[in-house]
Amino acid sequence: MIFNIEYETMPREALEAIQLRRLQATLNRVYATVPFYQKKFEEAGITPSEIRSLADIQKIPFTTKQDLRDNYPFGMFAVPMDNVVRIHASSGTTGKPTVVGYTARDIGTWSELMARSLSAGGATRGDIIHNAYGYGLFTGGLGVHYGAEKLGASIIPVSGGNTKRQIIIMKDFGPTILTATPSYTLHLAEVAEEMGVSFKDLKFKYGIFGAEPWSESMRQEIENKLKIIAVDIYGLSEVMGPGVAIECHEAKAGLHIYEDHFIPEIINPETGDVLPYGETGELVFTSITKEAFPVIRYRTRDISALNPEPCICGRSHVRMKRVSGRTDDMLIIRGVNVFPSQIESVLMQIDEVEPHYQLVVDRKDNLDTLSVLVEVGEQLFSDEVRNLQNLEKKISKDIKEILGVSAAVKLVEPKTIARSEGKAIRVIDNRKL
Amino acid sequence: MKVEQISVFLENKSGRIAEVTGILAESGINIRALSLADTSDFGVLRMIVDNNQKAEEALKKQNFTVGKTFVVAVEVEDKPGGLYKILNILHKVSINVEYMYAFVQPNSSNAVMIFRFEKLDEAVRVLQENGVVVIDGDKVYTL
Ligand SMILES: [Zn+2]
Repeated sequence: MIFNIEYETMPREALEAIQLRRLQATLNRVYATVPFYQKKFEEAGITPSEIRSLADIQKIPFTTKQDLRDNYPFGMFAVPMDNVVRIHASSGTTGKPTVVGYTARDIGTWSELMARSLSAGGATRGDIIHNAYGYGLFTGGLGVHYGAEKLGASIIPVSGGNTKRQIIIMKDFGPTILTATPSYTLHLAEVAEEMGVSFKDLKFKYGIFGAEPWSESMRQEIENKLKIIAVDIYGLSEVMGPGVAIECHEAKAGLHIYEDHFIPEIINPETGDVLPYGETGELVFTSITKEAFPVIRYRTRDISALNPEPCICGRSHVRMKRVSGRTDDMLIIRGVNVFPSQIESVLMQIDEVEPHYQLVVDRKDNLDTLSVLVEVGEQLFSDEVRNLQNLEKKISKDIKEILGVSAAVKLVEPKTIARSEGKAIRVIDNRKL
Repeated sequence: MKVEQISVFLENKSGRIAEVTGILAESGINIRALSLADTSDFGVLRMIVDNNQKAEEALKKQNFTVGKTFVVAVEVEDKPGGLYKILNILHKVSINVEYMYAFVQPNSSNAVMIFRFEKLDEAVRVLQENGVVVIDGDKVYTL
């Protein structure tokens, strides 16, 4: 079901007219109210009045995560605190968290976009939504919550954790839609199995998963284990939260970006040049309806591509490819762009559990070499050396086939790959460029 | 007839075997047989111990990957041709030995060897039919 037929299926020309009007209004407002943007525009020698077409957006400088950090906590707000009704913050794995604010109207917009997203993912007002996204400073839990209420569905605000209780609620309340991170979903499946609860006996039909990178093979695993249709949702607190883009359950092929509220661009992360449709690069967003925390050409550091082809669901909004990595992680090895998440999906197909791995890049005699360290967990282990050697060969062959680079695979003992805050450090680049 | 063997994944770094045996010693576990198969990068340490569960727990606590496999303990006559005789029996019926290693057993005239076969049950049957002594699992741990 399409929640807002008028806007979600709007013909391109009408949509672009709305985008331009909203963009100009946003630029005028940030120029007048946010000293950071005023200074940036002045340094670039432009004023909002010079933006006369959507293509002119390329004249405006980018905004980075560092800019948000430099203005911690409220320096980027475009309204007085009197008008801010909600504050969220993203976890700061390195340095300060990013703080974002919402006016009452922003919360209304977000709820509308989440209601659209839940509908695109298969939900209707008759559904019961089991929301296992965390409630709190993180935007996941409350984002889904407000969207579900806007849609008119019944929401169970379970939040994260206490997994056994979650399974009991699933059994007793009969929710039909699951919203959670993909990794927590697989954990739920494991615990359910331990408790002797089969997803066949539960009422789930659709699942809406996001807030972390996941792969196509993980989707298959979730769909098989939970007997549902699983779609990918995208969002980040800097831009709004979940509901910036979502896959429709009809096509499950790319995430429709709500272009009446955000202008997406794909840029070359090295040069900043805007890339044409279809090309892979860094995703950049400009919000065009937000009041409290507008972002102008915000560099997400997420790697994606845009697809303007019409979709079978009838929505006219452009689709972004599932995020395949982060620009921070992008490695160029012998001229080939390599993202750690691609290696992860190779390993996932072999291991079927979350792999612990690390990429080590060196340069010997002017030639880049890639080593992939893989921790040998119980799933991978064999007491026969030959099997382990075959495993190394298979991983290396799959990497070569899928990524187009040769890699030396080395099996290592569990917990030997350096971790930072519980997460394995994915890349060590020893090249001195 | 089967004996449960535990195996541990080790990177080829000095001191790793000592570490494993140290962990087992601290937990009061007796190693009855041990073999290491290795490449230049990694190795697999296989052991028969007197308390598998305790050994597995102790090793996992120290983040080792532990596997369990069924193997067979076979008495080998302690004289020239003893091992040949056994391998010959198996060869005739095309049963492959995946690997084998010796068992420490000082108080007997016969040696004991640990064998790993893909066709484990068939191998046990063939050996017994040919008069080879296959040692009962329960006895092996406390030989
Ligand atoms: Zn669609």
